[in-house]
Amino acid sequence: MAKIQINGRKIALKQNFSIIDMLKKYKLNRKKVAIELNGKILPQNKYNSRKLKNNDKIEIVQFIGGG
Amino acid sequence: MKKDIFKIDKKVLKSRLIVGTGKYKNLKETAQAIKISGADMVTVAVRRVNILDKKKPLLMDYVNPKKITYLPNTAGCFNSQDALRTLRLAREIGGWKMVKLEILGDKKTLYPDMIETIKTTKVLVKEGFKVLVYCTDDPLHAKKLEDLGASAIMPLAAPIGSGLGIYNKLNISLIIKQSKVPVIIDAGIGTASDAVIAMEMGCDGVLINSAIALAKNSILMAEAFKYAVISGRKSFLAGRMKKNNFASASSPKEGLIS
Repeated sequence: MAKIQINGRKIALKQNFSIIDMLKKYKLNRKKVAIELNGKILPQNKYNSRKLKNNDKIEIVQFIGGG
Repeated sequence: MKKDIFKIDKKVLKSRLIVGTGKYKNLKETAQAIKISGADMVTVAVRRVNILDKKKPLLMDYVNPKKITYLPNTAGCFNSQDALRTLRLAREIGGWKMVKLEILGDKKTLYPDMIETIKTTKVLVKEGFKVLVYCTDDPLHAKKLEDLGASAIMPLAAPIGSGLGIYNKLNISLIIKQSKVPVIIDAGIGTASDAVIAMEMGCDGVLINSAIALAKNSILMAEAFKYAVISGRKSFLAGRMKKNNFASASSPKEGLIS
């Protein structure tokens, strides 16, 4: 198990879970979100290769209505 | 007459009305209001995804970013660090370089913190962003932002969401006069006639959210703003008549009976 944090929420995921796997799990379209991993923006081309590790902190953001 | 083109940096917009996408009852209403307003640029906010709600509707499913230009904002940011983080993430979602910077200094008035705003504009311009900057109506700050490379100056008419209309016409007119980049009134417009006044003064555009979203009939108000902005712009270009202190008859005196 990899114990990580997504958007401030503590979550345990299987070992070897990639960013893509995580997006699939939460039914998120990679073209409609941006991801920050441990305080740094994670480029889209790393979504496949980057596996989630213990203590990773992830922020997933999207566009919502605003002025 | 030369064609009246509205351009921010290299981006040509069909409408001089930019609308916000917040405060509507739902996303369907948001999409309808945008459509009828004729706006081809809308502001959007960047927020955390709710990972627990997989069925939550997305703004992008209702307002197609391929047809309507998204202008990501930094609403809710109170310092440079948060604003930079937000806009760098926004750029990552869709490659947007054109953004709206707003750094607030006070929770009650939502007045912009100009020290942080100026500092952040500098960084964003250096990183290749095209920055539309929400600012106070102080001509000196506006000039500073333009000198730093802001793509548009967006002074407030009155506090965000107040609907009070243009409070300091003198300052706004000074900013219009001195600016070589577009001046877009952002925040404080309450109703369509306020937008006409802004445009007649020579503003290049207006950004409206609350005045449309919180109207009793938001769709009808979106349409009212569409025409207000067109009307105000045409009036500005036409040039108003001179004001007189005395009456001047509209009908000729010659040929009066007896």
